[in-house]
Amino acid sequence: MVTAQSEVASQYNVIGTRPIRHDGVDKVTGAAQYGADLQLPGMLYGRVLRSPHAHARIVSIDTSKAAALEGVKSVITNADFPRASDDVIDTGEGSAQLNWLLDNVIASDKALYKGHAIAAVAAVDHHIAEDAIELIEVEYELLPPVLDVRDAMLDTAPKLHDGLKTGEMDGSKSDGDSNTASHLRFAKGDMEAGFADADVVIEREFVTSMAHQGYIEPHNGTAYWRADGTLDVWTSTQGSFVVRDSVAPLVQLSPSQVKVTPMEIGGGFGGKIPVYLEPLAAILSRNTGRPVQLTMNREEVLLATGPTSGTYMRVKMGAKRDGTLTAGEVYLAFEAGAYPGSPVGAGAMCALAPYDIPNQVIDGYDVVVNKPKTAAYRAPGAPQAEFATEAVINELAEQLQIDPLELRLQNAAVEGASRADGFTYGVIGNVECMQAAQDSSHWNSELAGPNQGRGVAQGFWFNIGFESSAYAQVNGDGTVPLVLGSTDIGGTRASIAMQLAETLGISAEEVRPHVVDTNSVGYTQVTGGSRTTFAGGWAAYECAMDIRRQMAERAAQIWEVDAAEVEYGDDAVIRGPADDEGNERSFGFKELAGQLAASGGHIVGRADVNKTSSGPAFATHIVDVEVDPDTGKVDVLRYTAVQDAGTAIHPAYVEGQMQGGAAQGIGMALNEEYYYDESGDLKNASLLDYRMPTALDLPMIEPIIVEVPNPGHPYGVRGVGEVPIIPPAPAIQAAIADAVGLRMNELPISPRAILEATLPEEG
Amino acid sequence: MQAVKYVRAASVDEASRLLQEGGEGARVLAGGTDVIVQARERTREIDLFVDIKQIAETMSIAYDAADGLSIGAAAPCHEIYGNETVRELYPSLVDSTSLIGGTAIQGRASLGGNLCNSSPAADGIPTLIVLEATVEIAGPNGRRSVAVEDFCTAPGRNVLESGEFVVSLKFPTPAAGSGARFLRFIPRNEMDIAVTNAATQVRIENGSVSWARVSIGAVAPIPLLVADAAAALVGQPLSDETIAAAAAASRAAASPIDDMRGSIRQRRHLAGVLTERTIRQAAERAAA
Repeated sequence: MVTAQSEVASQYNVIGTRPIRHDGVDKVTGAAQYGADLQLPGMLYGRVLRSPHAHARIVSIDTSKAAALEGVKSVITNADFPRASDDVIDTGEGSAQLNWLLDNVIASDKALYKGHAIAAVAAVDHHIAEDAIELIEVEYELLPPVLDVRDAMLDTAPKLHDGLKTGEMDGSKSDGDSNTASHLRFAKGDMEAGFADADVVIEREFVTSMAHQGYIEPHNGTAYWRADGTLDVWTSTQGSFVVRDSVAPLVQLSPSQVKVTPMEIGGGFGGKIPVYLEPLAAILSRNTGRPVQLTMNREEVLLATGPTSGTYMRVKMGAKRDGTLTAGEVYLAFEAGAYPGSPVGAGAMCALAPYDIPNQVIDGYDVVVNKPKTAAYRAPGAPQAEFATEAVINELAEQLQIDPLELRLQNAAVEGASRADGFTYGVIGNVECMQAAQDSSHWNSELAGPNQGRGVAQGFWFNIGFESSAYAQVNGDGTVPLVLGSTDIGGTRASIAMQLAETLGISAEEVRPHVVDTNSVGYTQVTGGSRTTFAGGWAAYECAMDIRRQMAERAAQIWEVDAAEVEYGDDAVIRGPADDEGNERSFGFKELAGQLAASGGHIVGRADVNKTSSGPAFATHIVDVEVDPDTGKVDVLRYTAVQDAGTAIHPAYVEGQMQGGAAQGIGMALNEEYYYDESGDLKNASLLDYRMPTALDLPMIEPIIVEVPNPGHPYGVRGVGEVPIIPPAPAIQAAIADAVGLRMNELPISPRAILEATLPEEG
Repeated sequence: MQAVKYVRAASVDEASRLLQEGGEGARVLAGGTDVIVQARERTREIDLFVDIKQIAETMSIAYDAADGLSIGAAAPCHEIYGNETVRELYPSLVDSTSLIGGTAIQGRASLGGNLCNSSPAADGIPTLIVLEATVEIAGPNGRRSVAVEDFCTAPGRNVLESGEFVVSLKFPTPAAGSGARFLRFIPRNEMDIAVTNAATQVRIENGSVSWARVSIGAVAPIPLLVADAAAALVGQPLSDETIAAAAAASRAAASPIDDMRGSIRQRRHLAGVLTERTIRQAAERAAA
């Protein structure tokens, strides 16, 4: 495994090392408590009745037979919820309009996708709950389903929502109802002049399928509506505070009346930010006075939680003969699913982000269709948008007969370059990633046989800060329990604890990170946006600095000297002025920790930060494939992922993120798709037929970490989780073109798709 | 999951009686890798499982040169592909049984279950067909045998009558010069259901194909025995032309559907590709 550590890392004691994760033993021994492991006295088990139709008006729901079944304690529908307002709440990697959020949790007048929740029951066991939902009688009036983004945008398309208008960036709205919820445009320069300057212009259309995050732990939610009117919620979530702030208004409590305890989480990738089951569990618990637990099975996860958008995209790019890109025009139409809120905005900002192109127009459309409401999925919107733009860059390279990495280097965005959305880059590692890829053994190797090909692609993602909290106390033995609000989906207990340890000058093992409930730590945004090691680490740094200040003050108090004369060194030695006899005065960290209680009490460090800065990250991936022309099957032979991590806090987990992101990107490229029939029935709602890559489908993904420290972070962190999902699809698309001369502009590039593109028409 | 009764049958007669008394809702439980999932997901109404794994005849694997190979209907895949005789004389059974499910599933799943589930895409059945297996059935009226290619009647349906179940599968000893191969196409490299599969057995005598069977799966309501493909091979030396003719016969015999696992054109084409590949690899085994 190649790991290019910069010299910067060596200035640290803890950062850049690979300690065993603090949560590792519990996870490998099975002691870790996931959402469905929770057992509470008197707990009831819930089950959800889901719509068999993609688009239907709900004429009536008769729950009387289900309610009469022995063992059933409550049956609820949307009518059991208070009316929700159209207020919009922040959900971290997106936002949610409350009435749409409630309607997605449990349908009101219409079922808008197959699997849409219609009613829920709570019973004394799972089997009775299952029997009960079969006794609920629902009368539907079927409506024509709208399943493709292009069809949905037609004036003649059936409309999903009465009163939904197309919103423009200037605040204006369309006159008539539309399935297009919003249109955004980012532009700079002069397109006419840009294309006039070009010697070569390529325009292509792209289509991608909805794809699911594929986390292994299904959604769950347990709620207990206490007799005092407060609500406890336990759930697997990426953001316990977002769950609190989502559930509270839906059940007409204030957020302060709701306590959310995040359980251990078996994967999220963005999909465990929205609430689905928690509000249902809350109302069922309110009705019964008992704790209620709901869990999804795999089919429900695929049918009724949030995949990423299917898209239709067009990209037109122009270049001079020497390779200078002159203009880029991008059209993105994203399926939002049943309610507005696709990640088209982020996709639009990312589409041309790696390049300095003077003339750009990027249009994005957020479009509702009769499919599940999309949710964030690892760099939401970027894998689609950058698939389209990177594919055109690769085709331009071929037409211009310029090496694809050279073409990228020639046009790479560097410090001072601006995107069409107005953002101007600071210090970034875009060029450094491309150069590391050029220098890699992979790029300098030869392909070994027929039907093999190589592809390369670049990726960009923002990585933003926002609110994080870190509270830490100093134990008498010098260990430091650290409480965090960030649920740990990618090794963030370790990466945050390491930054606290580095700042205090102690070891990673001496810090004991704990993820706690919403009453026990300050507001913390979701674990998402690759923000947690960035902002959580920043909070840990400030928390540690608070401890350093208090430790120095305590030493000064013990020595009876002025605090200004005491210094806390980076070696965790607290030094004061010499005593009257001229002897040096100092405390080791442990030594002083042991004296805290007797000298005035324990110390708690605290930091609540809200960092609006970001740590832009770039990645360059190289892939070799072999295509079997007889079957259309693509084997990934070799894969190298280069990425700028800023500073790799825990290099093993950075590599894990790079490999995991690449694996998911390969899945989206080759086989993962939401396969609907004409009625809007999802035909592959199982992990048998929703084909994520298995261990046998992937080669070792070789990570190359580049470190261009982010000057906007105390330790140079950028955030690493998301960008590696972006380059795989365009790199694989290019590799297939190199192997067999076939440019596939629709994802996934499945064996079926390759055969359908190459087989002669049947006579 | 439905509430299900479970009975462990001690003999073939007891199993047959329990199945007959249980009627439509009674199912044989061998490995359970299909029926337990069907019961849990409520895709099949089941109220009684009759476990046949305590009956010696359903679990045994026995061979003698005169009678050939007998595999109990409930013998798990890992015992089949781990059997020395099977590995030596019937390697195509290893092809199939090592592809059904993953390693954990292979500890439970049986060829009898794969046959009785009667999926058009079953990875066991084309191999059984080209190996000329006969299905030994027990029931209220005693025993009967059915050629395996006549066993399935429609997706999920077969010739078993009320109270009947499969006890074992019998295979003739392969003639000298025989070789057989099973292949399937899946989009990934494991854990999948065949888009199309195929098996071929050929016998090569004096440089010429003297006998052949070709079977293709997931391209019709039942796994197909493609007589025309065999006819294209028999009586001539194996050549690119005869193999192409056999592949064309398989494509012609295929009448696939479009679904989430494959398209009509893709499956029809793959029927030809896999026919060709299984013929070539069966011939290699015949020569070995």
